[in-house]
Amino acid sequence: MNGDANPDADLPKISLSVRDLTVSYGDKRALGPVSMEIAEKHVTALIGPSGCGKSTFLRSLNRMNDLVLGCRVQGEVHLDGQAIYGPGVDPVEVRRRVGMVFQKSNPFPKTIFDNVAYGLRIGGLKDRSEIAGRVERALGQAALWDEVKDRLGESAMGLSGGQQQRLCIARALAVEPGVLLMDEPASALDPIATAHIEELIHELARDYTVVIVTHNMQQAARVSDYTAFFYMGDMVEFATTDTIFTHPSQPRTEDYVTGRFG
Amino acid sequence: MRAREHTDQEFEQELRHLREQLLLMGSHVEAIIGSSLRALLERDSVLARRTIEADRIVDRLEIEIDGLCLQILARRQPVASDLRFVTMVLKAVTDLERMGDLGVNISERVLELNDEPPLKPYVDLPRMADETQMMLRESLDAFVAKDADRARRVIARDQIIDDLYAQIFRELLTYMMEESKNVYRATRLQSIAKYLERIADHATNLAELVVFMVKGSDIRHPDSRSEGDKN
Amino acid sequence: MKRRGRRAGDVALSLGTGLAAALVLLIVVVILGDVVYNGAPRMTLTFLTQAPRDGMTAGGIFPAIFGTVALVVLMTLAVLPAGVATAIYLSEYANPGSRLTRMVRVAVNNLAGVPSIVFGLFGLGFFVQFVGAGIDRTLYGGQRVFGQPALVWAALTMAVLTLPVVIVATEEALAAVPRDLRLASAALGASRLQTIVRVVLPQALPGILTGAILAISRGAGEVAPILFTGVAYFLPKLPGSLHDQFMQLGYHVYVLATQSPDVDATRPILYATVLVLLLLTFALNATAVVVRSHMRRRFAGASS
Repeated sequence: MNGDANPDADLPKISLSVRDLTVSYGDKRALGPVSMEIAEKHVTALIGPSGCGKSTFLRSLNRMNDLVLGCRVQGEVHLDGQAIYGPGVDPVEVRRRVGMVFQKSNPFPKTIFDNVAYGLRIGGLKDRSEIAGRVERALGQAALWDEVKDRLGESAMGLSGGQQQRLCIARALAVEPGVLLMDEPASALDPIATAHIEELIHELARDYTVVIVTHNMQQAARVSDYTAFFYMGDMVEFATTDTIFTHPSQPRTEDYVTGRFG
Repeated sequence: MRAREHTDQEFEQELRHLREQLLLMGSHVEAIIGSSLRALLERDSVLARRTIEADRIVDRLEIEIDGLCLQILARRQPVASDLRFVTMVLKAVTDLERMGDLGVNISERVLELNDEPPLKPYVDLPRMADETQMMLRESLDAFVAKDADRARRVIARDQIIDDLYAQIFRELLTYMMEESKNVYRATRLQSIAKYLERIADHATNLAELVVFMVKGSDIRHPDSRSEGDKN
Repeated sequence: MKRRGRRAGDVALSLGTGLAAALVLLIVVVILGDVVYNGAPRMTLTFLTQAPRDGMTAGGIFPAIFGTVALVVLMTLAVLPAGVATAIYLSEYANPGSRLTRMVRVAVNNLAGVPSIVFGLFGLGFFVQFVGAGIDRTLYGGQRVFGQPALVWAALTMAVLTLPVVIVATEEALAAVPRDLRLASAALGASRLQTIVRVVLPQALPGILTGAILAISRGAGEVAPILFTGVAYFLPKLPGSLHDQFMQLGYHVYVLATQSPDVDATRPILYATVLVLLLLTFALNATAVVVRSHMRRRFAGASS
C-alpha cells in the first residue's frame, strides 16, 4: 500500500455494505450495531470466540436469519448497491445471489447430478444441456469434477466427508451467486480434506466474494485477505489479515489472537 | 501494555525463559565490553585473555536462543505481539553476538598494545566505551520495559558516538603524522575506536528492534523507503 | 448366599417373560389354527368370486370383498389428501407455539380416542341426515338419493376415523427429515413450497406410506362406523354408484355369526369369511413393512 499517485487505485470494490446491522432474538440483542464493507473477490474471515455473533452476522447477509423464529434484524445491508432488507425485497431472490455452505455438509439424498442441479431447477431452468453444462462447470470449480464425472448418477450419500462438502460448494456455485458465505466449512473435516477446502477457497476468490466464519485462527490467517474480530456481539476490529495477525490495534483483538483469553 | 498472561501456561513460561536468556546474553556482552576497556586502561593482558575466553558463553547463548525461537515458531505459531517478540529476539541475538566478537577484537588489539608503552593518556576512548555500554544497557532496559520512547532516545545518542570517533581519528592522525614510530600504536587505537563505533551501531539496531516489537512499525532504513510511506 | 439369590432372580425373570411370550404365541396359533382348520376347506376360487345363495348357506362372498375394497379405496382417496395436508401445515407452516397449532393438535389427539361406534353415529347424523338430505333437497328436488346410508358416507366416516393415524404418521415422517436439508434448500433460493415438494416430501414418503397402509388396514376391519352409514347384509347387486349401499366382510361375519337361520350350514362360510378378512389384514400390514424397509434402504444414510 504505497504511493500518492492514486490513493484509491489499490482499494478493492465493495461487494457488501453493512450499516448499523443489529440482530435480536426476542428482547436479547445478539449482535450489533455492526458496520463494515466487504471487498469484492476477496476472502473476508470472521473470527471470535463461541457465541460472539459471527455466525449470526453471516446469516444476516443472505437473510437466513429470517428463518429463525423470533429473530429481528435492523439496519441496512446492501449487495452491489441494492438493499437486501426492506419492503418489496424477496428473500428468495437474495439467497440466489448470496450462496451459503454450512458447517456440516448437508447434501440432499439424491444423485450427485441432481444435487448440483437443484438450485438451477428451482430457479426455473429447464434446458437439459444447459443444466448439464452448468453442473459440470460448478463441479469443476469445486475441484470435484474429476472425481465424480463418471458417477453423476450415484447417490451423493456415498461420497466421503470432504467430497460431500465440496459437493455442497458446487451446489451453491451452480446458481452463480456473486457472494459465497461459508460457515466453518472445514471444521468437520480431517486435515487433508481441510487443506483441499482452503486451496479451493483461494481459487474461488478469483471469481467470487467469499465470507468465511472460522473458529480456527490459523485457518483465518492462511485463507483470508481481511479479518473481522467479533466479541460478545460487537465487531471489535476489522482490518487486513496481515494487520490483525502482526499488529492489531485493539487490545481485545491482541488478547484473542495471541491466546490470552480466559 | 497489559500484564495479561497466556491461557497456555507452558507457552507463557517459554516466552519468559526466552526473555531471560536474551537478557543474560546482553549482560555478558556488556561485561565483555567493560572488561576489554579495563584491560586497555590497566594494561592487563591477563584480563584481555580472559575476556576473549568469555565470548564463548555469548556464542553458546546465541545457538541456544536461536533454537528456542525456532521451537516456539514451529510449535506455537505465534501471532501479533508474540510473533514480533520472537522475530525480534532472533535478530537481536545476531547483533549481540557481533558485539561480543567486537569486544574480542578490542581485547586482541589490547594485547598488541601492551607490548609497548602507552601512546598517550586515554581520555576519549573511555568516554566512548562508557557511552557505548550505556546505549547497550538502555536498549535492553527499553526491551524489558517495552518502552519505545526510551529506545528512540538510544538511537538519537548514536550521533555522540560518531562525533567521538571522528574526534579520536583526527587526534590519532596528528600523532601518526608527527612520528612514524607512533603509527603502530595509533592504528591499533584507531581500530579499537572503530570497534566501539560499530558496537554502538549494533546497540542502535537493538533499539530499532525494540521499537518494532513494541509498536509494530518497522523504523529501520528510513532512507530506503519511497515518499508517502507511513511509519 | 447373595450370589445364589441373584441368579435365581435372573432365572425367574427370563422364565417369566419367556412364558408370557409363549402364551401370546399360543393364543395366536390357537385362533389362527382354528380359523384355518375350519375355514380353509371352504376357501375355493368360486367362494371368492360368487355371490351368496340360499340365504347365505351356499355360494361365495364376492360382493362383500368388492364392497370392502370399494369402501377402502374411497376412504383412502378422502383421508390421504386431508391428513397429509394437515400434517404438512402443522409441521412446516404453523408457528409451533401458537394457539391454533395447539388447538389442532388437541383436536387430533382427541379424535384418535373416540370410540368407533360414536363415529358411526356421527356419520349418520352429519353425513347421511344433514349433508345427504341437503344434497337431496338442492339437487334432486326432495327425492331420497343421498339422504340415506350410502357407500360415500361410509367411506367419509371411515376417513374421519383414520384421519389421526395418517396425520400422526405423516407428521413423524416429516419431522424425521433433518432440518439441515431444509436449510440447504432455502439457502439455494427455494421457496417454502419448493422445499417441501422437492426435498421434504420425497424423503418423508416411506413414513407417509406406512401411515396410509395402517389406515387402510384399520379401514378394512372396522365395522361399527359403517353400521348406520352404508353397509347392508344382503344386496341383490353390486353397488353401482356412490349413493348405493354395499356389503362388507366384517359386517358379514357379524351377521353370519348372530342372525343366521341355519347355524350349522353357515358355519363353514363364517370361518372362511373370517379367514379372508384375516388374510387381507395380514397382507396389508406385511405390505406396509416391506414398503417401509424398501424405501429406507433407498435413502440409506440420509436419516437424522
